[in-house]
Amino acid sequence: MSAKEEILSRITSALRDAPTPEPIPREYRTTSDMPLAELIELLVDRLEDYKAHVDVVDSAQLSATIADRLKDATSFVVPHGIDETWLADATPDGDARRRTDAPGAVLGIPELDSTDAVLTSSAVSIAESGTIVLDGTPDQGRRAISLVPDHHVCVVPASTIVRLLPEALPRMDITRPLTWISGPSATSDIELERVEGVHGPRRLDVIIVKGL
Amino acid sequence: MSNVFMGMPSLPVFGDGNLHIDEPFPAAAHRELGNTQMRANLRHATHTIRDKRLKVVGELPDWEELRDAGAATKNLVMANLPALLEEFEKNFTARGGIIHWARDADEANRIVSDLIKEQDTDEVVKVKSMATQEIGLNEYLEEQGISAFETDLAELIVQLGHDKPSHILVPAIHKNRSEVRDIFLAEMPNVDPNLTDEPRLLAMAAREHLRRKFLSAKVAVSGANFALADSGTLAVVESEGNGRMCLTLPETLITVMGIEKLLPGKEDLEVFMQLLPRSSTGERMNPYTSLWTGVTEGDGPQNVHLVMLDNGRTAALADKYGRTALNCIRCSACMNVCPVYERTGGHAYGSTYPGPIGAILTPLLTGIKSEENSSLPYASSLCGACFDACPVKINIPEILVHLRGEDVDSKRGEKKLPSQMDLMMKGAQWAFSSGKHLGLLEKGLPLGKLAAGRDKKIKRLPGIAAGWTRSRDIPAPPTQSFRDWWKKDHRPAAATTEQEK
Repeated sequence: MSAKEEILSRITSALRDAPTPEPIPREYRTTSDMPLAELIELLVDRLEDYKAHVDVVDSAQLSATIADRLKDATSFVVPHGIDETWLADATPDGDARRRTDAPGAVLGIPELDSTDAVLTSSAVSIAESGTIVLDGTPDQGRRAISLVPDHHVCVVPASTIVRLLPEALPRMDITRPLTWISGPSATSDIELERVEGVHGPRRLDVIIVKGL
Repeated sequence: MSNVFMGMPSLPVFGDGNLHIDEPFPAAAHRELGNTQMRANLRHATHTIRDKRLKVVGELPDWEELRDAGAATKNLVMANLPALLEEFEKNFTARGGIIHWARDADEANRIVSDLIKEQDTDEVVKVKSMATQEIGLNEYLEEQGISAFETDLAELIVQLGHDKPSHILVPAIHKNRSEVRDIFLAEMPNVDPNLTDEPRLLAMAAREHLRRKFLSAKVAVSGANFALADSGTLAVVESEGNGRMCLTLPETLITVMGIEKLLPGKEDLEVFMQLLPRSSTGERMNPYTSLWTGVTEGDGPQNVHLVMLDNGRTAALADKYGRTALNCIRCSACMNVCPVYERTGGHAYGSTYPGPIGAILTPLLTGIKSEENSSLPYASSLCGACFDACPVKINIPEILVHLRGEDVDSKRGEKKLPSQMDLMMKGAQWAFSSGKHLGLLEKGLPLGKLAAGRDKKIKRLPGIAAGWTRSRDIPAPPTQSFRDWWKKDHRPAAATTEQEK
């Protein structure tokens, strides 16, 4: 008997009393009618609690804000599907600091390691827990680019913010490689006190864009 | 294969690995209690996390509803495990993942070791995983000439300190910051000799130490927090980014997961990803959660393996009073609130799984007769704090009592003569079976008063009851029973007579 067959047979034997569990009660909150302004306020509060830096801007200010957030970076990577208008101020006339990661032209790990920052968009954000979800679509890129550089500038379009996790999951394609980010890298491993900054990006700048 | 049982019932097959304790809990606890530094560290850490957990749990108006959904989901998973495992395998495999099944610790270790050797490497990076701790994977790999580098900060502290984990979430909880600094200074190559004990600087030293390993590793080994049957998706919940590094950069990823980790589907994450972070680190959400479904071309590992581990889980499932212990999501809230754990620390439990959940899960996985594991269900005052804190409502005190019964029953068979406990229980059965019997016994109360003597204390009881009086006195019993007093002092009023009818 294969290991699989044996384990399945053990399970079936273990369940010979045929337990009949109750249906799953889903009485918890699954919807919310929080107005957008309050959603933004809640998300900002949560992200700042995690020691992320947050800007809330109109779409007209986005390009200038990105340029400002990236001004100290000697190099930064963008995924190939990034909205080029976002970079109008950051990379006037083909800024040499910019590196683009694209299918067929991926940056190696050493290259990413020598890149200061990364700019991505995001798929959906959960205000109540301060969580931003990246799903690897072309404006967010493959997982390595938002992991290896030490500084992540992440754009959150206001239309992608929901209050509750149960509102966010239907917006996720679960089979894509997903990364849920709630603040910069942190640890509670020494005396259970949270300190920011371990292996993931130590600096997280979030730009929430109204009208996007 | 259907869920309806058709064949002959097979005997439960118990688990192996770092689960068998070689010293009874009371003896180990007694020794550990002498470590005052550790007790101070634990007190500080458990109290910090208790306050944080209460604060973030209190923010959610629907916390109890989430717990109800979490408990019901896990019960449903266990009842439908064969079908869900098949569904998961089909979906995970369809997306390019490869599944291996392991009956026990040894089989799992061999599978992982062979997979690593196929990649022509003798080094792996590891994400913290209870399953690989349970099967003793690191020790096995070392025998095979493969170095496994733990990348979680607390695991790193334990590994560098040649120590053992004492907590499932924060394995180095028994060490304070200055002890961590001392370990780093002694064991970490190229460490800054002026390193202070500031946690932020200690975390940065770990970053420097592990960065090259992450960027060059060919193979990573991980556990998994959840597996979604309807999509074949795996999830790892973490804080530091070491998980993301291991799950993203190497070409080969090997995940070891207990068969009980399944959830039916994506919708269930909305419950468990609210329950888990708030219960474990007391955060609204952990910094990073990674989800992957088989292989994604051009993104992350291209060789993706999963080892599905039994190692006694089916034996635990066969115990219908104990099986809900498999619902555990390894949050560690129960140990953080436990008055026994806070004082003895995790090492006293001798198993990969310490604390209240360990006191039930360990003997369920190994069987109550395994070595000294029968002492674990007694490692509790049955105060119930663990049950209140458990996000999936595992009734730990009830299972502790059930396992104590199993222990007593298993030992009864070994002796021909009834034990003192048997005789006392027989006596109690007789006494409490009728009011008349109890009344008769109560006539003997003045005798107890006599035995107590002038200072009105009984200082030594005979036989096994001596265990009780070894550390405390029993006050002298009253001269009359409550019922005698009631009869004399309260002439029954009409109302009470009515009630008594």
